Amino acid sequence: MNKIFYLVFLFIFLLLLQVLVLSNINFLGYINPYLYISFVFFFPLKKNRFPFLITTFFMGLSVDFFLDSGGIHAFSILFIAYIRLFFVRLFFKKIEIDFLLFRLQSEPFGKVFNYVVSLTVIHHLILFSFINFSFDNISDVLLNTLFSSIFTLILYFIGSYIFTKEQ
Amino acid sequence: MQQIVFFLHKYKYFIFFLFLEFIAIALTFNNLNFHKSKFVNSANFVTGGLYSKATDISEYLHLKDINKELLDENTRLKNKLQQNTFMLDSTIEVEVIDSVLYHQKYIYINTRIEKNEYSSQFNYLTINKGIKEGIYPEMAVINSKGIIGITDNVNNNYARVQSILNKNSKINARVKNSNHFGSLEWDGKDYNIVQLIDIPRQAILKIGDTIETGGKSTIFPGGVPVGIISKTYNGNTVNNRIDVQLFNDMSNLGFVYVVKNLHKQEIKSLENTSNE
Repeated sequence: MNKIFYLVFLFIFLLLLQVLVLSNINFLGYINPYLYISFVFFFPLKKNRFPFLITTFFMGLSVDFFLDSGGIHAFSILFIAYIRLFFVRLFFKKIEIDFLLFRLQSEPFGKVFNYVVSLTVIHHLILFSFINFSFDNISDVLLNTLFSSIFTLILYFIGSYIFTKEQ
Repeated sequence: MQQIVFFLHKYKYFIFFLFLEFIAIALTFNNLNFHKSKFVNSANFVTGGLYSKATDISEYLHLKDINKELLDENTRLKNKLQQNTFMLDSTIEVEVIDSVLYHQKYIYINTRIEKNEYSSQFNYLTINKGIKEGIYPEMAVINSKGIIGITDNVNNNYARVQSILNKNSKINARVKNSNHFGSLEWDGKDYNIVQLIDIPRQAILKIGDTIETGGKSTIFPGGVPVGIISKTYNGNTVNNRIDVQLFNDMSNLGFVYVVKNLHKQEIKSLENTSNE
């Protein structure tokens, strides 16, 4: 029960943070962090993946509602939500029995870094390809992906450092 | 049969994933069409209300600038009024305006931007008035400095505006003091610069010339300022393209006017019959 409250709170907090603050930063005119994807990292690993997939989909869709972007945030966050398990297996060498005890904070930083960076870059690449919606400005897409990823990652690591320090 | 059940069981997450992705793709494509994006937009009760609350707070910090802008506009309008009365004085015959024959063509409705966006390729704004105040799709949105966009999705209390900074946007515009017109588009790069294309080659263009709306559509009234020419591309290109630096700072918008064309139905019906 406590866990569900935590997730609902996290959902609303990340959504409001994203649409009211982070999407209005526009650093150098166009660079925004997309921190709402950390919902995917925080969501506990479970054997039944339907609740996870559906909540991340609604997370993306809610961001779309606020930012008038159709379904592109829903698409890209759902994509990294689906391939998350593959990366967990790849970087942390975990199998299904370990999922219950798996916590991102207790893993070594190097592995967590690889995991978070790959998912973030994939998400941003898909997102900006859809935002651009043509093959004209591939260089813009790649540059946007690079800068926004760096921004998101800095915020994510600072945030996770601050909120997990005491434990 | 068992094979099918086994298959479904094995790939149930993948099928579910594909199903949700399909929904997302469908919504994305719908959103790119001007008239179809009924479902996902920020002009609904929840998102509109939340943006409205957020704007209430941030607006308080900009009261000084808003007042200054209002004062500027008032001064300009007062000066215009003075010119008018002066002209009336100097002519001996003052025309009597017959109130039956006299028709007002445009109505201005003032509203406030709740959400502004300028960094993506397809930008939309949200304003805080809707059907209840008489706002319908395809109405012009302007402010004292220039044009902003066209309403596209309307709810009871909120409306969504397709910004001129949207790759789908196409607005008729002309060079001031001449009737050479083209259409105003955006290439998605700089939010201060839009492109005027298809302007005839005979038109004499100089850097610094003013561009204004052409008034050839039923949406924008003619003569609303847009910006100044900042760059011309010489040479025999297919679409004669020029860069226009906007008067408006699109990243800093507060109160705006929605323009309602009272003759819209009349003009539309006329245009439709001539096509048949």
